[in-house]
Amino acid sequence: MNQWKNLTKGFFKENPVLVLLLGMCPTLGVTTSAINGLGMGLATTFVLVMSNLVVSLVKSQIPDKVRIPSFIVIIASFVTMVELLMQAYVPALFEQLGLFIPLIVVNCIVLGRAEAFASKNNTFSSIIDGLGMGLGFAMALTILGGIREILGSGSIFGWKFIEGDGMLVFVLAPGAFIALGYLIVLINKINKKSA
Amino acid sequence: MANKKESTFVSMVLTLFIVTFVASAALGYLYELTKGPIEASKLTKQTNAIMQVVPEFDNEPGNESYTMDVDGGILEFFPAKKNGELVGTAISTFTNKGFGGTFKIMVGLLPDGTIHNISVLEHKETPGLGDKMQKNKSSWSVQFNGKNPANFQLKVTKDGGDVDAITASTISSRAFCDAVVRAYNAYMEGGKK
Repeated sequence: MNQWKNLTKGFFKENPVLVLLLGMCPTLGVTTSAINGLGMGLATTFVLVMSNLVVSLVKSQIPDKVRIPSFIVIIASFVTMVELLMQAYVPALFEQLGLFIPLIVVNCIVLGRAEAFASKNNTFSSIIDGLGMGLGFAMALTILGGIREILGSGSIFGWKFIEGDGMLVFVLAPGAFIALGYLIVLINKINKKSA
Repeated sequence: MANKKESTFVSMVLTLFIVTFVASAALGYLYELTKGPIEASKLTKQTNAIMQVVPEFDNEPGNESYTMDVDGGILEFFPAKKNGELVGTAISTFTNKGFGGTFKIMVGLLPDGTIHNISVLEHKETPGLGDKMQKNKSSWSVQFNGKNPANFQLKVTKDGGDVDAITASTISSRAFCDAVVRAYNAYMEGGKK
């Protein structure tokens, strides 16, 4: 497969959040601000790339019947590594995302890519696939977080341009669903045009 | 593509063993590596919270802390000293009456019990309403500064006290007072050292 296509499919054609609708829990939970979305997206990208890399390296050594448990152990190890590293070096962000970092383990995107892509393709394609999917996820979360932050608190990446509170509903749970719905509409429109 | 290994009993057990073994070895190594920085960042956070609520000090309050069991929870006391003399005590206190359950605040008391300053440590109150108790959201909690609970009723005005509640967040305001009262009472009943 063309590697460029492989990388970019995660952004529009197969965006994990907006097209495949995978990993809704962190998507709706952490995107109260753009920086939270970006942090969560990058943490997930790291896990995706590393787990795709390792899974594609060991795929021929793992018997079929125990592949899922093996993949989960690999993924869980990388998630724990991210958790420890964030706790040590970016404690402020970790405090915001704390609860959701361990949940990356059960994010369907990560296991989905390991099972559907990395276990069938070579190492280089798998890394590219993980990178594309991860960045697509990060992009969706940052945009969603940005929209909610602008409308909900009148700021972007913590930089406040409107005094006061903004529309509170966008910081709360219903705003996440509303903003996500409109984003999906938008991406469907874009994908239809290019198809 | 290389041939897949067959799923025999031995190969499955061996694979899972190797995978978990390598994973735990890697995690153990990383845990050791990050242990120091994690401790350090926790300590900095604690010291920063203490610095916000008590007058200037030159000791390490984190190293001299002591605890007290009150109302089924633990209050932590951090004595701040300058030239060996007590200038104030930062008390990490809690309440279970918050709108979103338990929340924790840090109350700084001067030796005579006067409130010096208060900062919020962690909470789950409603964004935009209850979270106005945070210093960076509104100046609501400033009204406590310099007040001595001995002659300042730590209750919201609705309940006959002297505290102006946050508009539309009486429950959060009540809980906030509850936490401050808990810290003050514990301090007066032997929490002062």
